[in-house]
Amino acid sequence: MLANFGYKDGSGDFFITVDTDGCVKCADHPCIAACPAGVLEIIVDDYDDTVCAVKDGHRKRIKYSCAPCKPATGRPELRCVAACPAAALAHSW
Amino acid sequence: MITAGIDVGAKTIKLVLLEDGRNLAQRIAPAGFDTGSALDQLWAEVLAAAGGIRRDGIACVVATGAGRKEVAGADDLVTEVGAAAKGACFLFPTARTVIDVGAEEGRAVRCGDHGKVEDFAVNEKCAAGAGTFTEAMARALEVGVEELGRMSLRASKTVPMNAQCTVFAESEVVSLLHAKTPKEDISRAVHDAIASRITSMVRKVGFQKDVTLVGGMARNPGFIDSMQRALETEVLVPAEPEFVGALGAALIAAERVNERA
Amino acid sequence: MAVEYWRWKEYNWHDPELDPRAAQVLSGGVDVGSVSSQAVIMADGKLYAYSNMRTGSDSPESARKAMEWALEGTGLAIPDVHFVVGTGYGRVNVPFAQRAITEIACHARGANFMYGPVVRTVLDMGGQDCKAIHCDDKGKVQAFLMNDKCAAGTGRGMEVMADLLSVPIEEVGSLSLSVDEEPPPVSSTCVVFAKSEASGLMRAGWPKNRVLAAYCSAMAHRVCSLLDRIGMEKEFAITGGIGKNAGVVSRLEKELGVKALKTDMDSQIAGALGAALFGRVLYVKSKE
Repeated sequence: MLANFGYKDGSGDFFITVDTDGCVKCADHPCIAACPAGVLEIIVDDYDDTVCAVKDGHRKRIKYSCAPCKPATGRPELRCVAACPAAALAHSW
Repeated sequence: MITAGIDVGAKTIKLVLLEDGRNLAQRIAPAGFDTGSALDQLWAEVLAAAGGIRRDGIACVVATGAGRKEVAGADDLVTEVGAAAKGACFLFPTARTVIDVGAEEGRAVRCGDHGKVEDFAVNEKCAAGAGTFTEAMARALEVGVEELGRMSLRASKTVPMNAQCTVFAESEVVSLLHAKTPKEDISRAVHDAIASRITSMVRKVGFQKDVTLVGGMARNPGFIDSMQRALETEVLVPAEPEFVGALGAALIAAERVNERA
Repeated sequence: MAVEYWRWKEYNWHDPELDPRAAQVLSGGVDVGSVSSQAVIMADGKLYAYSNMRTGSDSPESARKAMEWALEGTGLAIPDVHFVVGTGYGRVNVPFAQRAITEIACHARGANFMYGPVVRTVLDMGGQDCKAIHCDDKGKVQAFLMNDKCAAGTGRGMEVMADLLSVPIEEVGSLSLSVDEEPPPVSSTCVVFAKSEASGLMRAGWPKNRVLAAYCSAMAHRVCSLLDRIGMEKEFAITGGIGKNAGVVSRLEKELGVKALKTDMDSQIAGALGAALFGRVLYVKSKE
């Protein structure tokens, strides 16, 4: 399942996508610790899979939550995306 | 040499007349539906206030702002980012970060000497990121925007605001009122919310001191206070922040004339 | 007292032909949204009763009221329902529910029941959020996104416009379709800007139906771009309150180039219905 967390508003599309089919195979979930802003967490979803998700409090302000890793110019590789061994995390912006 | 800068914003039009770096006259008027006639009126007022200068006595006219393309007779157009940086650094030569928040757009600019733009980030097309947000909340609280700003300074505690959208925030404010939350605390929550959004954008360009706050929102003491707390640094605010864009445009106009010469 | 143009009618219904006492499993679903709440009761997987009402300031109370109203006239009380699943914005606040499941999973499941196993893309336009869901033939979610940050594309956005134009919300759709020619849309990115544009159009002499047409068009476009993110796979269904707005639905279908499936059931109960279906499965599992 592709779980998209985030929103679209006048200023753009801001979604973090978790591919739960890849995510569920992971034991450690290093993405959680890799995020300096504490955006991600582990949940048990509706189909009883243990996967990572964007915390509820961040979903409506993800553009702002992720801003520290997304400078206006010279974008480095995103830490959460780099940490994921299953390439299950993606950012839309 | 006299130059003019026109800033056609979403809500208001500003016109500044400059002579060799000295402000001759400036005026602001609602943009309304008919930008053309509003601008004509503004010209008439400014020229009269400057002591009867004639339109053809102006060496160069530069326009900026969202509606700059609608300005008849502009010699050149510049972006709001460039105009804000130029104007702010003229007023505060030590400024290296310019935060410009208007009615519908907010921008953060990092600049070098003389307002040379190094990096910028813009928050656009979402009312929650600009002056429209505070206006809507002021209406919901049944006070004027200036009063809303002053009120927030009298807050006794921090109340979280969950809604990130102006429409939803209005409902949240109404709920808070029903729950007997003091208006001062709600007002501070409103200013903290928008300051948080703007600050996040400022951090994207990596701010450097001195930081200056310009644009219409900089008139709001509650917003200034919230920004200073969010950035954890003092900000410099000009006496008439809404004119900074037009001032910058007028300064750029002078540069253009010098380049031609 | 001023007329509240945005207030739509609340209702309840139950099947007078069905005897709930004869059912093996009575399952319930309660969908507490930020704007409206629905309760659905199923008897052995057959739709038995439901209600649709405005959510009050207290979520648990709204959940209880919705459930009791759905059960009104049936001779049943909440404890008679074997398994209740709570969902929606306030799903964790349904005190009498045995389990909470996300509104995403419930909407997919409910749409699968209402529109059949052919449905693959579900668009739910709720009161304060907009969801785009891909599901398989069993109603299991394959992909989703939910936008509850921004009012554009939500019922609340429509309410703002209905209020501005003093038009009852149930009439917005048909009024918007009564134009001779499609006007250009207003801002689709922000309700606040769209509202101020609409005010300008009114002052410029535009009649109400033309302004509404411009807004419905903007909303359809907005929602379309949301669907772009997860892709459109046929068949396609629309649930939620705005699904009843022909002005938005017809323009959306036009822009997508796809017709939405129709149902005789009330599309607004999809979430609660899905929850009730989950409830039945969970109850049977618990007895094994």
